[in-house]
Amino acid sequence: MAQMTMIQAITDALRTELRNDPNVLVFGEDVGVNGGVFRATEGLQKEFSEDRVFDTPLAESGIGGLAIGLALQGYRPVPEIQFFGFVYEVMDAISGQMARMRYRSGGRYSSPVTIRSPFGGGVHTPEMHADSLEGLMAQQPGLKVVIPSTPYDAKGLLISAIRDNDPVIFLEHMKLYRSFRQEVPEEEYTIPLGKAEVKREGKDLTIVTYGAMVHESLKAAEELEKEGHSVEVIDLRTVMPFDIETIVASIEKTGRAIVVQEAQKQAGMASQIVAEINDRAILNLEAPVLRVAAPDTVFPFSQAETVWLPNYKDVIETAKKVLTF
Amino acid sequence: MASKTKTTLADSVKQLEKIENQFETLQILNEEGEVVNEAAMPDLSDEQLQELMKRMVYTRILDQRSISLNRQGRLGFYAPTAGQEASQLASQFALEKEDFILPGYRDVPQIIWHGLPLYQAFLFSRGHFHGNQIPEGVNVISPQIIIGAQYIQAAGVALGMKKRGAKSVAITYTGDGGSSQGDFYEGINFAGAYKAPAIFIVQNNRFAISTPVEKQTSAKTIAQKAVAAGIPGIQVDGMDALAVYAAVREARERAVNGEGPTLIETLTYRYGPHTMAGDDPTRYRTADLDNEWEKKDPLVRFRKFLETKGLWNEDMENEVIERAKEEIKDAIKKADEQPKQKVTDLISFMYEEMPNHLEEQYEIYKEKESK
Repeated sequence: MAQMTMIQAITDALRTELRNDPNVLVFGEDVGVNGGVFRATEGLQKEFSEDRVFDTPLAESGIGGLAIGLALQGYRPVPEIQFFGFVYEVMDAISGQMARMRYRSGGRYSSPVTIRSPFGGGVHTPEMHADSLEGLMAQQPGLKVVIPSTPYDAKGLLISAIRDNDPVIFLEHMKLYRSFRQEVPEEEYTIPLGKAEVKREGKDLTIVTYGAMVHESLKAAEELEKEGHSVEVIDLRTVMPFDIETIVASIEKTGRAIVVQEAQKQAGMASQIVAEINDRAILNLEAPVLRVAAPDTVFPFSQAETVWLPNYKDVIETAKKVLTF
Repeated sequence: MASKTKTTLADSVKQLEKIENQFETLQILNEEGEVVNEAAMPDLSDEQLQELMKRMVYTRILDQRSISLNRQGRLGFYAPTAGQEASQLASQFALEKEDFILPGYRDVPQIIWHGLPLYQAFLFSRGHFHGNQIPEGVNVISPQIIIGAQYIQAAGVALGMKKRGAKSVAITYTGDGGSSQGDFYEGINFAGAYKAPAIFIVQNNRFAISTPVEKQTSAKTIAQKAVAAGIPGIQVDGMDALAVYAAVREARERAVNGEGPTLIETLTYRYGPHTMAGDDPTRYRTADLDNEWEKKDPLVRFRKFLETKGLWNEDMENEVIERAKEEIKDAIKKADEQPKQKVTDLISFMYEEMPNHLEEQYEIYKEKESK
């Protein structure tokens, strides 16, 4: 097994599916010769030809619409939106078109498109690069939204996303791209969409989280352990549809939960997760379900980023409120 | 220094004028039905000419019946088509079965003549998903509601055809208003960059609901917008079926020969309101303008042309009218027989495999709808 960063695991997944399925096409701004601004498509054009891995003109709506048209011709497009903050330019293609294709055509057509895109704070980007917009996507029926937190998951989830016959938004946290390596099998494997993973078992508190906050939550759980609190951490991996069964099963054991996200409190997935917990597990709860999230402002200029982004200390603080309620 | 700047500005204005003046309107039949451009005359047999006339007469009747059915509450959303028959039908007539149409919401006639059964067009109007369940082998997608979105999708369909090595084209339609959208530019630019076999039609009917084309753009023609994308553009008399046919046929030929996309502006007019949902054209159009354009009517001039050639007469016209009325009646009956659309249908069409949360909601609505 090879040690891979998340970006390498993503390239590996793309290569695997380009090999497996002649209908898979990879395209976007600078994904060809340049191999993508983060090198996610490094070497792919050379290996699979410009016919299958190609650059597009600089227009996000165009990239989205192109994917829909190619899908109508039987292709399985994997476009890249260079940074997810640019998604507003392609909102109609995503929410107005892809997400509705199957319903609009009564099942005659579909959009088996996987949109890959980097996002996430902590790497000091200019504006409109780092925003956590998964909530915006998850509120659109017809889409699936995936956010891996490890290299291993990134490969297995991306292969599943590409093989899925509905549109999938695949969000790659920039801070996780090269922050650590992990053993990733060179052969193909899939991780089912919609299934969470219990990253750490515990019996006093459930932390539901995803993306980069998985790592902050795990760190918080370790600290809390030292103080005698046994904390379970659930990585959703797919945030829409999310795995409420795994969350409820955990709460039935712990009786207490918090939800941790990088997005602002009014954005992201936390509110929806808390509402579902209330619907399904209220009688198991010993305390209210609290949220750890960023403040309800736009994503900050990079100098304010460090305090703005939630971290393990914020997780510990909120966890203690719930543990001592 | 100052004088140098001045010279540069003067040049750029001149350059624009030069480009704009190059865009002439292609016309083959004048308003009297006389051939004014023999050299551009398309190669159509007598039977083909008659068939094209039949389709225009049929579609005019379909428009009249659709409007009255709408007023009776027997149709839903409807965007009238009278006046645009040459632009719509002659462009479709220039296609082959394997070509793919991405229509706007006024472009229902083209997809009917490309193979969509009439009763399904009525179901689309009524807001029933079966209207959009395009039969296998019919190469169209349901009419687009977002103005311009179909343009960039057409670039994608065309690129897909090119990758497959297919000798076919993607054709899409929008209006003068649609040519202001970002997706319009992105569509023609992407198709140009990939030399994709696409035909982009702008039916310039002079008004985007109420906004006149003069307020839509400073461009003298919409065809000239092709220049910026580096693709051929042509303006045609959209009330002249032969000119429209010739332009589309030529664009198609170039496209399947690997020479890339074409932008075609058809100058046309919709006689009716924007849609049947309360639009009143007298608020933004004068009767004089209406009269001026009705004199250019596509059916009148094509009828004269065919009559002169001995290819058309009143009996033939009446036969088409009767057939149209009969088929419309049957199609409405068939549309009436379609089972009502349910929320459970909707839920089951959201994803290929129903996620758990939707499965729960499906059960709830199944229960509700069984009562």
